[in-house]
Amino acid sequence: MTQLSREMVPAPETVVTLRSRPSRRAARRRRGSGRLWPYLFALPALAVLGLVFAYPLVAVVRDSFYSGTASNLSFSGLSNYHLVLSNPIFIQSLLNNLRLLTTVPVMTVIALIIALVLNEIVRGWKAYRFIVFIPYILPAVAMGLAFSYILQQNGSLNSLLGDLHLRALALDWLGSEQISIYSVGGVIVWQQLGFGIVLFTAGLLSLPQEVIEASVVDGASWWQRQLYVVLPQLRRVIELFVVLQAITVLSWVFTYVYVITHGGPGTSSSVMTYYIWQNGFEFGAVGIASTAAVILLAMAGVLITIYVTLRVRRGDL
Amino acid sequence: MIASGTRAAMRHIIMVLLSLVSLYPIWFTLQTALKSQRTFVLAPVALPLHPTFANFGNVLAQTPLLTWTVNSVVVTVSAVAASVVLALLASFALVFGTFRGRAALLRADLVFMVVPPVVLLLPMFTLMLTIHLFNTLESVIIFYVGLNLPFSIFFLVNFLRTVPREIVEAGTMDGCSPWRLLWQIVTPMAGAGVFTLVVVNAVYVWNETLVALVFLQSQGKRTLMAGLAEYVGRFGSNEPLILAGAFLSMIPMLLLYFAGQRFFIRGLTAGIGK
Repeated sequence: MTQLSREMVPAPETVVTLRSRPSRRAARRRRGSGRLWPYLFALPALAVLGLVFAYPLVAVVRDSFYSGTASNLSFSGLSNYHLVLSNPIFIQSLLNNLRLLTTVPVMTVIALIIALVLNEIVRGWKAYRFIVFIPYILPAVAMGLAFSYILQQNGSLNSLLGDLHLRALALDWLGSEQISIYSVGGVIVWQQLGFGIVLFTAGLLSLPQEVIEASVVDGASWWQRQLYVVLPQLRRVIELFVVLQAITVLSWVFTYVYVITHGGPGTSSSVMTYYIWQNGFEFGAVGIASTAAVILLAMAGVLITIYVTLRVRRGDL
Repeated sequence: MIASGTRAAMRHIIMVLLSLVSLYPIWFTLQTALKSQRTFVLAPVALPLHPTFANFGNVLAQTPLLTWTVNSVVVTVSAVAASVVLALLASFALVFGTFRGRAALLRADLVFMVVPPVVLLLPMFTLMLTIHLFNTLESVIIFYVGLNLPFSIFFLVNFLRTVPREIVEAGTMDGCSPWRLLWQIVTPMAGAGVFTLVVVNAVYVWNETLVALVFLQSQGKRTLMAGLAEYVGRFGSNEPLILAGAFLSMIPMLLLYFAGQRFFIRGLTAGIGK
């Protein structure tokens, strides 16, 4: 999960209902012990959120302006930002995150096609869904280890390609500086695909049948029906999945890189999370790691802001 | 008729192929674990014609795998229990109570859901050192409770909204305290939602690696994922042994999935649809 399931974010249509709903009923309930209990009930969660989110978020921004080791920090203004942004390994890590972003359209299209296929299977579709979802719940460590052997030069994948007389496609998946990050991307697609399929089949199930039936009557072909009738109605779910996965490949891919390539060969498959971990905990460069973390946070923030703005502008929110 | 028959067959062929791709790495893990290292080196892809269970015994004997598993169970059970209880309390207050800062808490909750955990890692590390919790299971439990809370509160707020307000009001009229109302009336009614949340959080905590790797640095303190990820460095050349450990680490998640599949699907599609 893989860091999985944590990648959940609200479907914004439900967000709306979260907003305040002050009511006369609530006011009526204020009698007696009614006033104090909500504070007492919210307090423990609030304390933990403050400790695990609010404080570290402030601290990491502060630390990004300091340099030196943990025991001997001195204020250094923006110099960490200059250092990080001109550091070739950071740039490479950032570019690798962008390369991993190419997995998002790939897995979205595959998951959509599979969901459309599943949607037309009457008997047994739940069994298929059950199976294709399994990778998503398995530990990224365990699957990363398995793939680190499957993708070796004499591993399963290349021997399968050999059997299919496709030896030309049998590359050095993990040993080549050009390819290793895409191999990591392939593992991510393998593990995340089931999530997309489950999401899209749920969306398809909620579509009104009349519209689809009408298009059948109108003589639309299968492809026309999917492209012009079904897919436009899935727009919200597709957008949600794309945003979730974009955030995932930006900020949750540490385990895959750590287990499958250790950032290598060399630093060729390092990603931002890996760079932050390595600088912070292997090199003890707190300021550098904090700065990279702030940059990562900003990028996640930009992504989610674009998403929310788009929806607000279209009146979805 | 023939055309539609071929179509149907095509659909099943696609799904069977995808199912094979989905399951192969799991099978590969198991079949490698059943080979001796010699067999694996000579024929990494072939079926285990002479399966051996020695790797499972060896991995348990040569690594603290059992301790790691116990640690993972302790961490998962406590972090999930604490986060679900805290989230129930908070979302009950958010849905059925009024208090100052309610809207701000809801908004902060949504923002925290998209914060990458690695951003929080360095300050949390320093903090745990300062309060002498570094290298203790408590440190990761606290961190996981925090990481679980935003989604848990979001999920439960939406779920508790489906509980009819009349029931809560009737209870209040009868002089039932909010505490009893939550635990004896509302929680049992929200049972399916609570269980879904338990499952989703348990998968996350069990599989989490980065935090565990950084916070738990001695052999006896590691969780299963941190231990496995670390131990590749030292046993990197013994693939069957490593994959025996990897296979054992998947079993609890597979069992959980087989037992409560519909809760997984429901948890992940919460908020989807119209």
